Formats: sequence, structure tokens, C-alpha cells
Amino acid sequence: MSEEVKLMKGNEAIAHAAIRSGADGYFGYPITPQSEVMETLMAEKPWETTGMVVLQAESELAAINMVYGGACCGKAVMTSSSSPGISLKQEGISYCAGAELPCLILNVMRGGPGLGTIQPSQADYYQTCKGGGHGDYRLIVLAPASVQEMADFVNLGFDLAFKYHNPAMILSDGVIGQMMEKVVLPPFRERRTEEQIRKQEPWAAQGRTPDRARNVITSLEMDPVVMEQRNLKLQAKYAEIEANEVRYETINCEDADYLMVAFGSMARIAQKAIDLAKEEGIKLGLLRPITLWPFPSKAIAEAAKGKKGVLVAEINAGQMIDDVKLAVNCSLPVEHFGRLGGIVPSPEEVVAAIKEKLM
Amino acid sequence: MDVNEIIKPENLVYRKPTLLNDNTMHYCPGCSHGVAHKLVAEIIEEMGMMENTIAVSPVGCAVFAYNYIDVDWIQAAHGRAPAVATAAKRLNPHKLVFTYQGDGDLAAIGTAETIHACNRGENITIIFINNGIYGMTGGQMAPTTLEGMVTVTCPFGRKPELNGYPLHIGELLAKLKGTCYVTRQSVHTPAAIRKTKKAIMKGFENSMNKKGTSVIEIVSTCNTGWKMSPDKANVWMEENMFAEYPMGDLKNE
Amino acid sequence: MTHEIIIAGFGGQGVLSMGKILAYSGIMEGKEVTWMPAYGPEQRGGTANVTVILSDERISSPVLNAYDVAIVLNQPSLDKFESKVKPGGILIYDSYGITNPPTRTDIECYCIDATQISNEMNNSKAFNMIVMGGLLKLRPMVTMDSVVLGLKKSLPERHHKLIPANEAAIKVGMERIEKVER
Repeated sequence: MSEEVKLMKGNEAIAHAAIRSGADGYFGYPITPQSEVMETLMAEKPWETTGMVVLQAESELAAINMVYGGACCGKAVMTSSSSPGISLKQEGISYCAGAELPCLILNVMRGGPGLGTIQPSQADYYQTCKGGGHGDYRLIVLAPASVQEMADFVNLGFDLAFKYHNPAMILSDGVIGQMMEKVVLPPFRERRTEEQIRKQEPWAAQGRTPDRARNVITSLEMDPVVMEQRNLKLQAKYAEIEANEVRYETINCEDADYLMVAFGSMARIAQKAIDLAKEEGIKLGLLRPITLWPFPSKAIAEAAKGKKGVLVAEINAGQMIDDVKLAVNCSLPVEHFGRLGGIVPSPEEVVAAIKEKLM
Repeated sequence: MDVNEIIKPENLVYRKPTLLNDNTMHYCPGCSHGVAHKLVAEIIEEMGMMENTIAVSPVGCAVFAYNYIDVDWIQAAHGRAPAVATAAKRLNPHKLVFTYQGDGDLAAIGTAETIHACNRGENITIIFINNGIYGMTGGQMAPTTLEGMVTVTCPFGRKPELNGYPLHIGELLAKLKGTCYVTRQSVHTPAAIRKTKKAIMKGFENSMNKKGTSVIEIVSTCNTGWKMSPDKANVWMEENMFAEYPMGDLKNE
Repeated sequence: MTHEIIIAGFGGQGVLSMGKILAYSGIMEGKEVTWMPAYGPEQRGGTANVTVILSDERISSPVLNAYDVAIVLNQPSLDKFESKVKPGGILIYDSYGITNPPTRTDIECYCIDATQISNEMNNSKAFNMIVMGGLLKLRPMVTMDSVVLGLKKSLPERHHKLIPANEAAIKVGMERIEKVER
């Protein structure tokens, strides 16, 4: 039976997809522009159907540490927030990465710095892809560009998180969170039973059985020799993720003189710019990274070959451009276009930037 | 008589709980943690809860509690143990979930998580070691440090005008509707140990019977941080700590 | 065929819900749709607007700078969006409270006195459906059947009894929209 096409906000799609993904728990704290996630979950009452726990925490700190606690038990748990709240969660995210815990975090980005604005932004690219919390760690970062991808990336995020025992983040923004589009929700997946969790996640804190030693979930290790080994193991895992999990989309790249690189909502705007530019005889292509980490460096280098220049369009002051420059290694001009402070650029501005900066 | 003739099962009058393993403890001689750990291990064993226990350790001296008690452990970020335990319990409602925290962890950096977990009436037990000082980091002032008490960050004694007053977190938590049992005990005499054991057991039973949050405050010594011999620390605790933090139930519903 | 529409007015006029009903009606015909609101405190009391796109093809940007149709339901919205209508496009406004009517001559302007009509109908809640009727008269982008289905989808079940009244309001709007000749 094919699922019904529904119209809903990106934030609502996340909530419905979470229930259907077999998630065990959601822990959140209200912040615009993502509050519909928890509002929708509370209205849906999944504890009466799938048994999923939904809890409003007293702070973002508490919420991410509830995620930590749930993940330690081998449960599929998630949280969501927006930029200032994600800053507060960084300690817990680092702990999750350090303890190699699978979990899912949604950031519906708004403009900063500080309390900033509630309007859309992509200014948390550095925070998400270059650290955020302390220590040498990586998050698996998925950047949805549609409401459908918001729904789809819940399952994908959980699957990657459990495959690699690593936190995954869906890096969205106010445009994708607040807009409504058609969406077909993913089919229901069963929540795992305690027996399944004990079997599939033998590392988890589920209560020690006599046949094994105690499980201790911690990121702490006082012996630097052992701690270095733990770090090297993390790095080996990250290398494996980089080798296996790069995802991206290309639009019109073969037939283009100029390449644009943009993610999330900005990629949608850049796509419209391709059409507008075509009317003026300018041939643009777009590479949209779907995973921001691992970053599609090779694909960008390939797509940039033979082009006259690259425009990196981001709703920030220039963050992903660093990775694009590294990818093409100074082989052609790479310029940035962005708007700040919660202003969402128009497709016309993107075309103007191509003309001004690259032609 | 040869020692091996004495050590026979039929002569056994006391043994270490099996869940307390043989790892050498990092705690200082005279520290209260060792006794408190033994009680926890003993109770879990007596209740037959090993396979269904999830313990949460803090940041502080007890961060390594997981090295000594052979149950599954989650080591939480500083102050966040009640939030961690909240999720562990809500997602595993039939399991025994408890936190083991010190005064800096529970009553300073983690005050919000402590109050809100208690206010929600999470079905967890919080074991709270109150020794009025930060032991792990080298004897700094804690929220529960007594007025006039000397620590390395109040070297001339705690002054209310600079540092505020000793925080009675137990009394605060007893006011919350979500707590069912808040008690203050100690482990410095055999009688006190027996009472504390009963208190922890009651807390664990409350958790399993979904009665709400139980808080077992154990007023403890930190003879190293206090710069005293273990004996003197016990006397000093009775004279000074007990005066500020009187023993007994603050709430028992 | 693609319709790029901005609907703007005061919060409480049903701007966002009109956009939602339009989008749902589009889905009923298998179209691609996006609905992008200006969100935040503006939703209550202040100005509200929503960009709705209906298309037979995959929609790229949900955020636009130029529109085929602008529906402006107060003076600030008219001031803000008149210049954003594509040449040859349509501007629809309610003359109630409008002191400075549109001036562009390269677009078609239409007036729908929905405030007055809804008062006549003694149903202020019909306001946004009257406006939508006007829009559908000029640009029949979805059929009435689809709109009824769209209403069913976007309204909670307890409000389904109001669907006939909404349908009637749409029909009134279709009859009462007038071209502004200059």
C-alpha cells in the first residue's frame, strides 16, 4: 500500500518520521524556529502507540544529557533545537562522540551570534562540521533541502548513527523547518525489544547479566597511552565513514560554465538561480552536499574541472567555502556569496553574485 | 592455629559483597566513599537486582565508582547525572536506576538537573555524598562548605558576604512534590552504617514501586581535603557538619 | 505551469491558512507545492505573509523575490509587494483601509472587497475564502473539487461542517472580484 501524500512543515515531518522510525525517546526544550517538533510529538502521543517516550526537559543541557543517558542504554534517542540551544548542547554532544554513542540531533539553524534572530541562517556550519564541542571528534552531518528529506533523514540518521556508533546531526534551517511541502512519510519500523537491544548492542548499559563483565559507558580514560588508542580508534572510524558515506546531488553540472556549491535551503535557491541565469545565457551547475561531513571533496573537485569558477552560496559569512577551496586546491577561482542576520537571499541575488564575482 | 584453619566457610561471619570487586580503590584512607560503595553493592546483591540495575556515576571522586561495583554503569557529565538517569529510567521503567553524586556535582553545577528530576518525581534514587568540599580537584570550596571552613579557594574561611551560605539542598528537595523520601545519614559508625543501609534500600524500593524520587544524603568526611586524620575528621564531622546538617529524615511519605 | 504567489496581510486574516488550503488543493491534483511563511512574532497581530508555489514540475526555491500573483490585504503589504509582481502579473487587493492604491501600469490590478462582503455575509471567517475565490476566478489553478478536498485535508475533522460555507464564500469571491481600470 502506498503511503498518502501529506502537506506539512519540515519540523512536523521530523516528528512524524521519528515516531515511525522506531525511536525510543525524544528529549527537547522549546526554541524557535523548531518548537513544532516537540509540539507535534506531544500532540501525537506516541507513548500510547509505539511506546516512544517524549519529555520536555528543563534545559538544552538536560535534554542532551537525557539523550546521552538513553543512548547509553542502547536506545534510539534524539533531540532537536536551534542554534543557541545547540551551542548549549555541545558539552553533551562531545560526551556522546567520546563515548561512541549512537544518537540523532536536529539543528534548525537561526541567525547568530548570541541570541541573534529567529530567522533562517546557515551560520552553524563551522560549529557542526569543525568541532563545536571539545576534542577531536566528528559528527555525521546530513543537510536536508526539502521537507521530504527532513522525514527521510531521520531513518538515515539513526541508521548511520547505529552503524558507526556515532552521533548524527540533521543540519537544517528555519526555511526547511518552517515551510510546508509534500511529504510521504516513511513506513513504520518496530521499536526494538530489550532482548533485541541486549543482542544487537552488547556494549549497552542494560543491566549486567552473569555471563558478562559490567558494561561501563564513559568517555573518561586517565591513562594517556590508552586514551591515545581510543582517539586513534575514533580516527579510524572517521576515515571509514569518509570512505563510505559521502552523499551529494549534482544538477546541470556537465553543461555548465560555472559551478555553484550550496547546501540545504540555499541549494534550493541556487537551483532557481540556474533557471534565471539560463534566460540570460549563463550556464550554471550546482553541486549540493547532502553529507556536510563527510564532505564530498572528490565530487566537488571532479565537478569543478573545466569550469571558469566556483560560487559557494551559503546563508552565512563564508564557512563551507573553506572546504570547497581545499577540495579544488586553488585550481580555479572560488568566491563566496551569502546573506547574514536571518536574511534569506533571493535567486536573483545569486545570479548577480555570479556576474559580479566570477564573470 | 594455622590461618587456613580459621578461614573456612563455616567460620564465615562477614564477607565483602560479591558485587564489590577486588580492584584497589583510589579513595583516600578514611574516606566515606568506600563504605557507601559497599552498602550499594550489598543492597543490589540482596535485592537480586544486578541484571536490572543501571547506575550513574558523577564527575568528582566517585567518577570511578564504576571500577568497583560490578553492575552496568553510565558515567555522566559534571552535574548531569539526574538528567542521564531520567532518560535511563523512563526508557527502562522496570529497572533500578540510581545516581551517586557529590556535593559539587549535585548542588552546584547540577542544581538545575537535580531540582527538576526531583520535581518531576523521577523514579530514581539519588545517593548524595556531602562532605562540604571538592575532593577530586584538590579541596576547593563546595556549595555545602561550612561558614568559616577553610578550603583552597576560601583560604581564610568561607564568608557569607563573599561566598553565600552553606546550601541545604536536602531541605530544598524535601519541599518538592516529586520527592517521596529525603533523608540525611552518615557512615562513620556501625550504627550509622546500618541506618544508611536501610535508607538506601528504602530509596531503591521506592524507585521500583514508582513512588517518586528518593534522595539519600550521606554526610561524609574528606579527611584529605579537610587536612585531618580519619579519626579527627569523624569527630570534626560530628561536631560541625552535623550541627549544620542534622541527621534524620527530611521527608518520608 | 508554475504559479508563484505571495499572500500578505494582517495576522488573523487567515493569510497562512488560505495558503495552506491552496497548497493542499494543489496536492489533490498531483501538483508540486511549497508553502513558506514569514514566521515568528509577526504571526500574531502584526503583518503575516506566505509564499505559495504550485507547479507541475519540481519546485526549486521556496523563497522568491518576484511573484506571478500578489494578494495584499492591507496597506503595508501593498506597499511592500506591489513592486515584486512580475511584469504582466496580477495584484489583488481588498480596498478596505487602502489609502494609496497600486500605481503600476505593467501589471493587472484587481479589487476584492472581502472585508465588506464578509460583513454582508455576517461571517468574518469567510474573509480568506472570498479572497481565494477571487484568485481562482483569475487563475483557475485548481478545480473547486480539489479545493473541497484540500479543505477536508487541512481542516480538523470537527470543522468539516464548515466546508459548505467555505465553498459558498469562494463562489461569492469569484463573482465579486473586479478589475481596477486606470
